[in-house]
Amino acid sequence: MAPTLALGKDLTGLEHLSAEQIRMILDTAVPFKEVSERPIKKVPALRGKTIVNLFFEASTRTRISFEFAEKRLSADTVNVATSSSSVSKGETLVDTARNLEAMRIDMVVIRHGSSGSAEFLGKRIRSNVINAGDGQHEHPTQGLLDLLTLRDHFGRIKGLKIAICGDILHSRVARSNIWGLVKLGAEVGVCGPASLLPRDITELGVTVLPRIEDAIQWADALNVLRLQLERMQAGFIPSLREYNRVWGVSRERLSRAGHPVMVMHPGPMNRGVEIDSDVADGEHSLILDQVTNGVAVRMAVLYLLAGGAPDWQQGGGHE
Amino acid sequence: MSVPVLFRGGRVIDPSRGTDGTADLLVVDGRIAGVGHNITPPTDAEIHDIPGMVVGPGLIDLHVHLREPGQEDLETVATGAMAAAAGGFTAVCAMPNTDPVTDNQATVGFIVRQSMRAAKARVYPIGAVTLGQQGEKLSEFGEMVGAGAVAVSDDGKPVASSHMMRTALEYARTFNIPVADHCEDMSLAAGGAMHEGIISTRLGLKGIPAAAEEIMVARDIILAELTGGHVHLCHMSTRGSVELIRRGKDKGINVTAEATPHHFSLTHQACEGYHTNAKMNPPLREDADREAIRQALKDGTIDVVASDHAPHGYDAKEREFDQAPNGILGLETALGLAITELIVPGILTMPQLMLRMSTTAARIFGLPGGTLSAGAPADLVIFDPAAVWTVEPSRFYSKSRNTPFGGRQLTGRVEWTLVGGRTVYRRS
Repeated sequence: MAPTLALGKDLTGLEHLSAEQIRMILDTAVPFKEVSERPIKKVPALRGKTIVNLFFEASTRTRISFEFAEKRLSADTVNVATSSSSVSKGETLVDTARNLEAMRIDMVVIRHGSSGSAEFLGKRIRSNVINAGDGQHEHPTQGLLDLLTLRDHFGRIKGLKIAICGDILHSRVARSNIWGLVKLGAEVGVCGPASLLPRDITELGVTVLPRIEDAIQWADALNVLRLQLERMQAGFIPSLREYNRVWGVSRERLSRAGHPVMVMHPGPMNRGVEIDSDVADGEHSLILDQVTNGVAVRMAVLYLLAGGAPDWQQGGGHE
Repeated sequence: MSVPVLFRGGRVIDPSRGTDGTADLLVVDGRIAGVGHNITPPTDAEIHDIPGMVVGPGLIDLHVHLREPGQEDLETVATGAMAAAAGGFTAVCAMPNTDPVTDNQATVGFIVRQSMRAAKARVYPIGAVTLGQQGEKLSEFGEMVGAGAVAVSDDGKPVASSHMMRTALEYARTFNIPVADHCEDMSLAAGGAMHEGIISTRLGLKGIPAAAEEIMVARDIILAELTGGHVHLCHMSTRGSVELIRRGKDKGINVTAEATPHHFSLTHQACEGYHTNAKMNPPLREDADREAIRQALKDGTIDVVASDHAPHGYDAKEREFDQAPNGILGLETALGLAITELIVPGILTMPQLMLRMSTTAARIFGLPGGTLSAGAPADLVIFDPAAVWTVEPSRFYSKSRNTPFGGRQLTGRVEWTLVGGRTVYRRS
């Protein structure tokens, strides 16, 4: 393996990865997908490794996906939820992690409400740190699984037109998607109410699509973001009803594109708000493929950070 | 009495009289006895030859946080006054966001007494505009001024109510003191951790738009015009604010303004990597803002450099960016940054810098100092304008260490600081 491809100690985001590194992760994920299809869903790649899933925010999909990935690689895992830990007694993030590390762990998967928390932690402990979502910054494994899903479906990323729709301002999924897609040569559009678009977003190499109809007409695939209920309370949008009428992805809007437009969603969905049920469950939906790919991508990241070689099936890297 | 002291052969700069040149300066009985060529000292005088050094009126900082009373683990009046002396400052104005808030004559008097006890840089308290900085009820300006306050401010918080700001500006006129305002529209800035722009977008941090400052700058200038009161705008950070102040001054409105060394030295790029020592309020802005601040210091639109010295503890800054407090130390790096960032690139001349860091500061807050006139107290700074040194936070006199400039090489080093003719700092 060329040393330039090594991911380094931590995976905190896609911004600082090269296109080659991202491709290596996706390529590594492909054979791992097959593991989950076996009757005995387990390989010994991370046998003896101890991984802590440190979740400071509620999460179902991401936490379980990581846990499956870890277990299918034969790692020993511990889940720490903040409500039942010493964090609720006021312990700082660093102290929590250092105490865990004193018990000799190998990796920390962290979900935290503060942007930069994964990078902050990674600089202060020896274990590998994987960002499972930090505030409104990045959610790199979500970005990777979205890339894998698109590549599976279209056979390529380069040249695809992908529209990310909804609350871009508060979305770590949007940022990881933008970095990954742009690096791999896709054209990226963002579409949502101007009150939910971040300042100077076009400097990231994306196009702003003013209306959802424009996005649908333009795109090969949409990545529809979850609209958090609290955005309405904070005055960013007037009502969920109007949001659905103006920005919702409906079957009727999709049909007017005149070409098939594939639809992704990072979940959890607000059916009838940002996405209608007949779209979410329709023939152009890639949503459950995303979830399936999530486990494989996370297996690949865990495996590569632990020092494994991309060609693990040929016996490289692990015992 | 102390022995007379003759400083011989330095570059003596006195912006109050527009003089700049090699000269001797004689101090007798704690006062400046004269500046001139070939002064014959009294027979018992100490003589110091200081060729290559600049001698000027002691620096004056209109905006520091000394944390006493309330947070003496971070700074005290004594340690802050010593840090000031080490930075070449002979006087500092202490903001009232103490615990309890400096909103009454007793607390003002306490700070004055603590500064007398410390006997380093002079410390002039600033009283709160409103009780508890709550923005609801005016503090007793008259009694606070009687106890030694030189201005009022709810610093850290803006005076949000326009009615309250108007009343404060009117009421302050009686005592001939400025109302210093921290300009921030709280509804626009709420929850913000850094400047709103491409870096906040990339880092996923909530941004504070330039408009949050500029809206309050515009309001304060309009209210100063309405009332005839003196509004002093703290730590200006945006090009839009500079434009508004310039227009206000052109109309003859009684507005003065300050800028910090970090706002003329750094931009929001310093927040990359989530460095909490680059987190302050107002936040570090863009290149064009930094450039506008530098030009405003040159043309006088911004009157003074003030440090906004804000001590914070290690643990408070050693955490998630959005959870860390705002502010950095300023007193011990202010002159070095000013020389490095403003003098070396040729933006300001040394006399202009002494104006912005001493003479004008004294004038706009009505403080003694800022002059080398015969008979004035010998509040002096002597510095080597060419010396290059490295910022070592562990050697600060301040109790805190929160600076983004650690390890940075600066040009211009304080050698000697005297207050009333008495040495309060001399580099060893």
